Amino acid sequence: MSKILIRGAKVLGGEPQDVLIDGEVIAEVGTGLSADGAQVVEATGKVLLPGLVDLHTHLREPGREDSETVLTGTRAAASGGYTAVFAMANTFPVADTAGVVEQVYRLGQEHGYCDVQPIGAVTVGLEGKKLAELGAMHESAAGVTVFSDDGKCVDDAVIMRRALEYVKAFGGVVAQHAQEPRLTEGAQMNEGVVSAELGLGGWPAVAEESIIARDVLLAEHVGSRVHICHLSTAGSVEIVRWAKSRGIAVTAEVTPHHLLLTDELVRTYNPVYKVNPPLRTERDVHALRTALADGTIDIVATDHAPHPHEDKDCEWAAAAMGMVGLETALSVVQETMVDTGLLDWAGVADRMSVKPAQIGQATGHGRPVSAGEPANLTLVDTEYRGQVDPAGFASRSRNTPYEGRRLPGRVTHTWLRGKATLVDGKLT
Amino acid sequence: MQRHLISAADLTRDDAVLILDTAEEMARVADRPIKKLPTLRGRTVVNLFFEDSTRTRISFEAAEKRLSADVINFTAKGSSVSKGESLKDTAQTLEAMGVDAVVIRHGASGAPYRLANSGWIDAAVINAGDGTHQHPTQALLDAFTMRRRLVGRDTGLGKDLSGRRITIVGDVLHSRVARSNVDLLHTLGAEVTLVAPPTLVPVGVETWPCEVSYDLDSTLPKSDAVMMLRVQRERMNAAFFPTEREYSRRYGLDGERMAKMPEHAIVMHPGPMVRGMEITAEVADSDRCTVVEQVANGVSIRMAVLYLLLGGNEPAVPNARTNEEK
Ligand SMILES: [Zn+2]
Repeated sequence: MSKILIRGAKVLGGEPQDVLIDGEVIAEVGTGLSADGAQVVEATGKVLLPGLVDLHTHLREPGREDSETVLTGTRAAASGGYTAVFAMANTFPVADTAGVVEQVYRLGQEHGYCDVQPIGAVTVGLEGKKLAELGAMHESAAGVTVFSDDGKCVDDAVIMRRALEYVKAFGGVVAQHAQEPRLTEGAQMNEGVVSAELGLGGWPAVAEESIIARDVLLAEHVGSRVHICHLSTAGSVEIVRWAKSRGIAVTAEVTPHHLLLTDELVRTYNPVYKVNPPLRTERDVHALRTALADGTIDIVATDHAPHPHEDKDCEWAAAAMGMVGLETALSVVQETMVDTGLLDWAGVADRMSVKPAQIGQATGHGRPVSAGEPANLTLVDTEYRGQVDPAGFASRSRNTPYEGRRLPGRVTHTWLRGKATLVDGKLT
Repeated sequence: MQRHLISAADLTRDDAVLILDTAEEMARVADRPIKKLPTLRGRTVVNLFFEDSTRTRISFEAAEKRLSADVINFTAKGSSVSKGESLKDTAQTLEAMGVDAVVIRHGASGAPYRLANSGWIDAAVINAGDGTHQHPTQALLDAFTMRRRLVGRDTGLGKDLSGRRITIVGDVLHSRVARSNVDLLHTLGAEVTLVAPPTLVPVGVETWPCEVSYDLDSTLPKSDAVMMLRVQRERMNAAFFPTEREYSRRYGLDGERMAKMPEHAIVMHPGPMVRGMEITAEVADSDRCTVVEQVANGVSIRMAVLYLLLGGNEPAVPNARTNEEK
């Protein structure tokens, strides 16, 4: 059966409508659509969104399949309502050649849970010294358009300038992990009141802000597009706001955890809260929410960073940085942005699907929910309230900061080009 | 008292005074011909040192042995302990051996907290210094030394350090001793001033219960005790200050500066001292300098802490209390 009728869903949070999927596309949107020959999904009270797009996912394959694989990561993505994810380049080997990006791309296609768009490394081995073969990665079957040394900052101003210039040839974008390396030597957490007390090495806001300031100026100078990964401070927001007002082609992302959690949690010394950039202060959290609402920050990206238990079950300094996020992202956004009145569901669709697809040029994703469009869709039970139970995660890793926490909302269905990947909260 | 001693900030005023008073009892044992108590007979204490510190380890070991505990020394330095999971592995090995208390020294801030709170072991955990975080028994022995000198050995019993003005000088940023002392001295009612070049004061210090000054000379006349912190020469290479000479000139304690302190004021140092850098030999060897007493007091304090965390309801020192007024 190739026809599916989604009945009575609030499309983008609006009035209830029926959505008829036929094959890979949306055939019709309206009220009182005929269920003739279609499998019916009762969606009364639920919100229908375009399939979510994550511009910042760590799938770990190749190299760290004990943390995550393309299969487990894309299953986690489908569980979280995603139909496309951009896979970061910091794998082993690093995704700095056409061969590696094609492998990751093909695995995504084969498994079929979610489109995987590999991100290519900016520099060979993420070493920041020599440009990787950006053009070859773009021309490969993977069609890479986003480049990032994420995990590391492209800190050499000349290399950054060249990368920004070079990718203009094929409309690419450089996604910067903004972290001045000298200012963050030995950094373990946000530098401030809490780090002073705990005696943990500080990661100062200015280490992020100074790189963002430099990069928007470089982007302006060479007329290129730059994307700021996981922006985390109030000061960064101000710089991006200024750059946009000046017409600089900058886009920025914020993670769900930076919208919700603060560095006060580090007092537990529980490495589940260890992440890069670090959790910041209440003031930063509010600035980030406001900036996401007013569009200064363009998108939410998960920075889904799976790690095996043993890499977190240790003392803080020895622990790996990062947390998983694909399966909880929408709930955190609902709690911090929707339930607070900062963003409506159309706004969520924009920040979590439309804009990330545009930035990453994932044509076919982030499209309107209307006839003729690819049937990439996510159905959300926004009334659901429940505790996060990592035991049920599809991700191979369980390093979530939300274990036992009550979060609103739950993705019940995900369709990738008309094929259900998630039905009633269960992966197909 | 809590079950573990991780941070000086965890101690209430009454806890702290109880430890200081108990340490006075313990100190009397040192004056006896047989310096040993049966208090912890049959209990096993492990000194788990992931970071070298012969002084601290020997001090704990002496305290444990005077209380008749069985002592195991585990030094992880030099072995393949670099990955974090080894702390957990080591802890579980100790747990299997039925250890009653773990005295842990670790280069990572928070390691003792993790050890105590992660469910890895049941033993009591005593922090013997973690990263740049805390070193609570050092703070206690410093407070003990101050109370003896500034309030009195016997007259100090039951008392805190209310109104005493303490100045801590040097590398506050990297100092667990400074952090612990600020917390404990504040709890005990003292007024603390930190003095350091701005590069060696942590961002966020404004929330600490103390004053901060960059000027040593103006602070000295108002100090009842001046605690000099160790300044590592490596800090110079990391541009925390320009030269060793300049540091000494601005923040070092010499005879001339010491003369600006009130008559009764004492000079303290957690050791080991770098003579010539933060303190001149003249000051270090003067009778106002309490470094040697601090070492002796360290054993008494550690006996008191071990006894209070592990001891039952038996008096620590048989017949001692009945001879006292309290
Ligand atoms: Zn990153």
